[in-house]
Amino acid sequence: MSAGNALTRSAPWRGTAWVMGKLGFSGRSLVIAIPMLWLGVFFLAPFFVLGRISLAEALIARPPYTPLFDRAPDGSLQIIASLENYRFLMTDALYRNAYLSSIRVALVSTIFALLIGYPIAYYIARAPEPKRSVLLLMVILPFWTSFLLRVYAWMGFLRSNGVINNTLMSLGLIDSPIQMMQTDFAVYIGIVYTYLPFMILPLYANLTKLDGALLEAASDLGASPMVTFFTVTLPLSLPGIVAGSMLVFIPAIGEYVIPALLGGPDTLMIGRVLWDEFFSSRDWPVASAVAIVMLVLVVAPIMWLQSVQNRREEG
Amino acid sequence: MRGWFLPLAVAFGFIFLYAPIISLVVFSFNESRLVTVWGGFSTRWYGELLRDRQILGAAWVSLQVAFASATLATIIGTLGAFVLTRFSSFTGRLLLTGMITAPLVMPEVITGLSLLLLFVSMEMTLGWPAGRGLPTIIIAHTTFCAAFVAVIAQSRLRSMDESLEEAARDLGAGPVRVFFDITLPVIAPALVAGWLLAFTLSLDDLVIASFVSGPGASTLPMVIFSKVRLGVSPDINALATIIIGFVLVAVVIAGWLMRRGMRQGE
Repeated sequence: MSAGNALTRSAPWRGTAWVMGKLGFSGRSLVIAIPMLWLGVFFLAPFFVLGRISLAEALIARPPYTPLFDRAPDGSLQIIASLENYRFLMTDALYRNAYLSSIRVALVSTIFALLIGYPIAYYIARAPEPKRSVLLLMVILPFWTSFLLRVYAWMGFLRSNGVINNTLMSLGLIDSPIQMMQTDFAVYIGIVYTYLPFMILPLYANLTKLDGALLEAASDLGASPMVTFFTVTLPLSLPGIVAGSMLVFIPAIGEYVIPALLGGPDTLMIGRVLWDEFFSSRDWPVASAVAIVMLVLVVAPIMWLQSVQNRREEG
Repeated sequence: MRGWFLPLAVAFGFIFLYAPIISLVVFSFNESRLVTVWGGFSTRWYGELLRDRQILGAAWVSLQVAFASATLATIIGTLGAFVLTRFSSFTGRLLLTGMITAPLVMPEVITGLSLLLLFVSMEMTLGWPAGRGLPTIIIAHTTFCAAFVAVIAQSRLRSMDESLEEAARDLGAGPVRVFFDITLPVIAPALVAGWLLAFTLSLDDLVIASFVSGPGASTLPMVIFSKVRLGVSPDINALATIIIGFVLVAVVIAGWLMRRGMRQGE
């Protein structure tokens, strides 16, 4: 007997279905309700709480913020909400700089990921079959190990007495170690390393679809390989470039772990500012305001861009 | 792009990908405490790792969380994907579409902070969850992993032959029976892939877990992070090597199974 048959014939199932039917619930609405309720409570509702606490003031208490409703001295209920935290974010240069530098770091890392990822994707797309699968697997393989440990691997590599400096010094190329850890450079490396397959895979998917006849036509008409690449291959792979860049840029902008482990104290990124505001300063309302501004300035445009892109692909 | 440039660029790319990992593995067998100075071959860091109760306990917490949230995320993500691909119009369709795709682009710090604030407010008004720990981490991971499962399940549901479901309905099967006897077996491989992805995402997460966990429950990434923050330490190299070993073995087994499956298919 099949699983579905056994289930729909079982007594508990029939009983529940009968009771639900009597109460006016259809099976269909129940199926819709489960994901809807879960995501409504644990994904959507938290943003309302976030918005409401961003309007509160920090308190040394549990919980460490002022309540939204409070009893006035005369006993009437009053709403306490202030935009003080947002004014603070706008006047303090730290936050503005953090937002700007997050965008800069994400952008630079995305460009580097593209420069390193494109040749690899191109090479894999042109490779004959058994080699192609092996290379593709080799690109993905490091990313099944832990993300945190991959960032940690670079700590051992970039330190003053790390592998790179030790090698260069023993070769006599440098006399004293180069400071690489705790710089923006280390953060770029960390981000490129972590998100490189997100760049390579969409590019690869795009480049395998490239019609070889177009390249032949270009070379038959006398174009050099260089010219063919820049006039045919590159423009045609633009959708892959856009998709890959988005996949690197989006997670990079809110990154916390990479700047925390590889960056220096002056590597400002908004994810790190939010983390410190919450865990070190214990200022929950300001942390919430930072998150709300991040949602409006960074996440909303990205979601809008993606929906535009999706519609274009479908149309 | 022909000639010497392309192979050179690709070789550089693969060195970039593998050099840090190889050095991580090599130095896990280093006798010296200085992670980057070779002091002779030794397996002492593996011994220390196996005696480290904090790391072993955290690994157990992480496995429990990953198992529970991958399973819950697969159920919720599949239901969400099913509803969006098979029910053409219902109230809140747009809302559900948004809620199921938004976690994919949401920065982890925001997801973590907002969920923690929700848990704190719920504790104050409803009395649940009393304190934070395993259940709150599982809820948080389920929520963001469900989005990834939904993407995989949705693409499989869209590409599958719907006439199979129609045929079952024409033959008199009710919707529940159609789902369990036709749809579920067809999309099962995609759901296995989704479950595995959710499991790895949950095992890997540091930021969200740090926000929503309580004093009693530290996941493996949380313990690793607190150690690594203070500098490199050889027992973390040993741990990384063990994880890399697991992944390699899993990949080899999966590759062998797939090859066997393909041969049987022929």
